[in-house]
Amino acid sequence: MSVPTATGRFGEFGGRYVPESLVPACAALEAAFRDAWADPAFHERLARLRQDYAGRPTALTPAETLSAQLGVTLLLKREDLAHTGSHKINNVLGQALLAQRMGKTRLIAETGAGQHGVATATAAALFGMRATVYMGERDIARQRLNVFRMELLGAEVIPVTSGSRTLKDATNEAMRAWVAAVDEAHFCLGSVGGPHPYPWLVRELQRVIGEEARAQTPVIPDVVVACVGGGSNAAGTFAGFVDTPARLIGVEAAGGAAMTNGRPGVVHGYRSLVLQDADGQVLEAESIAAGLDYPGVGPEHAHLGTTGRAEYRTVTDTEVLDAVRRLARSEGIICALESAHAVAWVLRAAGTPDLPTGSTVLLTLSGRGDKDMATLAGEVA
Amino acid sequence: MKRLNPYLTGGITPDWIDYLLAYQEAGANGVEIGLPFSDPMLDGTTIQQASDQALRRGATVASILTDLTAARDRIHIPLFAMTYANLVFRGDPFATAPAATDAGRGGHRTLTEGGPEAFCRRLADAGVAGLIVPDVPLDEVDRLEAAAAAAGIDLVLLAAPVTPPDRLAEIGRRSRGFIYAVSVMDTTGERDALATTAAPLAARLKAVTDLPVLLGFGISTPAQAATAARAGDGVVIGAALMRRVLDGASPDDLRAEVAAFRAALDQVDQEVPAAPAHAEISGHRR
Ligand SMILES: Cc1ncc(COP(=O)(O)O)c(C=O)c1O
Repeated sequence: MSVPTATGRFGEFGGRYVPESLVPACAALEAAFRDAWADPAFHERLARLRQDYAGRPTALTPAETLSAQLGVTLLLKREDLAHTGSHKINNVLGQALLAQRMGKTRLIAETGAGQHGVATATAAALFGMRATVYMGERDIARQRLNVFRMELLGAEVIPVTSGSRTLKDATNEAMRAWVAAVDEAHFCLGSVGGPHPYPWLVRELQRVIGEEARAQTPVIPDVVVACVGGGSNAAGTFAGFVDTPARLIGVEAAGGAAMTNGRPGVVHGYRSLVLQDADGQVLEAESIAAGLDYPGVGPEHAHLGTTGRAEYRTVTDTEVLDAVRRLARSEGIICALESAHAVAWVLRAAGTPDLPTGSTVLLTLSGRGDKDMATLAGEVA
Repeated sequence: MKRLNPYLTGGITPDWIDYLLAYQEAGANGVEIGLPFSDPMLDGTTIQQASDQALRRGATVASILTDLTAARDRIHIPLFAMTYANLVFRGDPFATAPAATDAGRGGHRTLTEGGPEAFCRRLADAGVAGLIVPDVPLDEVDRLEAAAAAAGIDLVLLAAPVTPPDRLAEIGRRSRGFIYAVSVMDTTGERDALATTAAPLAARLKAVTDLPVLLGFGISTPAQAATAARAGDGVVIGAALMRRVLDGASPDDLRAEVAAFRAALDQVDQEVPAAPAHAEISGHRR
């Protein structure tokens, strides 16, 4: 995918819409990233951490039973097997290394499903840093397991009570906290949103998903599919296939579908497609998956969507729950509710013109479902 | 005269215009009208609550501007709208020069009106003199700056304690009306003491511009306002006043509140000739 312009734009999207208080921090992060990314020693350290600590490369698993049932060849890129249970660790290990390089002693993060919070708490423990994680009250209630994990790892979890009490408001609070702690703290943003350079930086750190998958697939798949919240696992996956003929498909939650229902807007420091009302007030998203319960989407997705290189679809909570069960029973894999969005689209589209019989599909399973057991226990028969 | 620009969240109560008139009667030199946004990045709890309350009442940019237009004959001081980028750039398909992405546009471009040009024209039509947008920094300001100028609106730029010298000079050059010195590395909200970063920032700004420098963020008491005004040319008072309104204080209560700030600033005005300690600051002025 493309390198953003000097002002951090992908086409008309992106940018750096932050208060002057944060501009020097964003500029310093960009400089540090450019410097680190050109430094073989940085890549070497990151590669070692990925292998020895995070357990990469993750497997590429053929979903044999489902493939036979659906009439497509379904290959699963197993980010659920990465340390801490999701792709979020890829991003956080890179950002923690950068933060250390910049002399920061503290990580501030926002989290929805808690997977990014757990990854941040993990990296902070590993690097001997302090971690403060902002999480909406509603998400704290539905992702309790991850709150315990973060606290056990030594992170401070701060409940956010404003607005929708989900990821949107946790992101606001984390950015406000960053303003007050910018000297000592790195804002460890969890997806491909936020002010420049975050969308680019996070995509480059998640690129490992797509590159590994590309090397692991015997053929270029016809379709590459991943779920989209902010869009980081999808961006990382797409990055490995954007230069191939593969169709790129991002799957959103029907209640949090910024690519499908959003309009151009500015929120959380970047310009993209945003769910908003006619007056420009940001709407509250609604999804059974806390990690997809977010009204915006990364600017590069907005660009890929408006240029037609990637396509975006939505699935409902009901389809998602069905997908979790189908995957569990046919393959022995309990995936995260977020990841199940991608599975749900394949289940629906297989055998239709959207995904013709005989297609090869590469699907990123962004995380495992342990965190969702309380929700699933109530919903899956 | 030291300037006093108190802040008021537009639409916070049904009688919000009465607070505005009370500010004016109490000696405000201008009023900052907050156009409430759902996700105010640079605001602390009090202003967030004020914005939420206004939005829950159904306040919109349109309703606030309608109220202002209706009260126009009674308002004799300049009004500055303060809001966030999403409301300013709302519905606008091109944030920059037309991008090379026209092909394959999806069904997102449904709004017929929008963009900073239309936004600034609407402000001007309602009699608003200036605009402050905290999440549009220098790097993103070109188009808004042009739109404001075309509509005859003063685009007030903000500077922060961490703003480096070259940016500070450019902010000084390109701001209109006054410069908003964000006195503390934090969000809006009341503080026990004026931040130690306030006076040095004001001094740095006064060295690079002849525009008035107004300090804001965290200035909570008349005494703090006096200290801030000694370093700059005036103050913006936000959360301390909005907390009173949220707690149910009447326009009369707020008139007294603002009058106390006025008195403190007037005191500073009188002590200026006898304050040699500040000669070094004015010595930096061009
Ligand atoms: C397992 C999992 N997948 C996906 C997401 C969505 O994020 P993104 O779209 O940035 O990959 C999350 C976010 O919490 C997650 O935990």
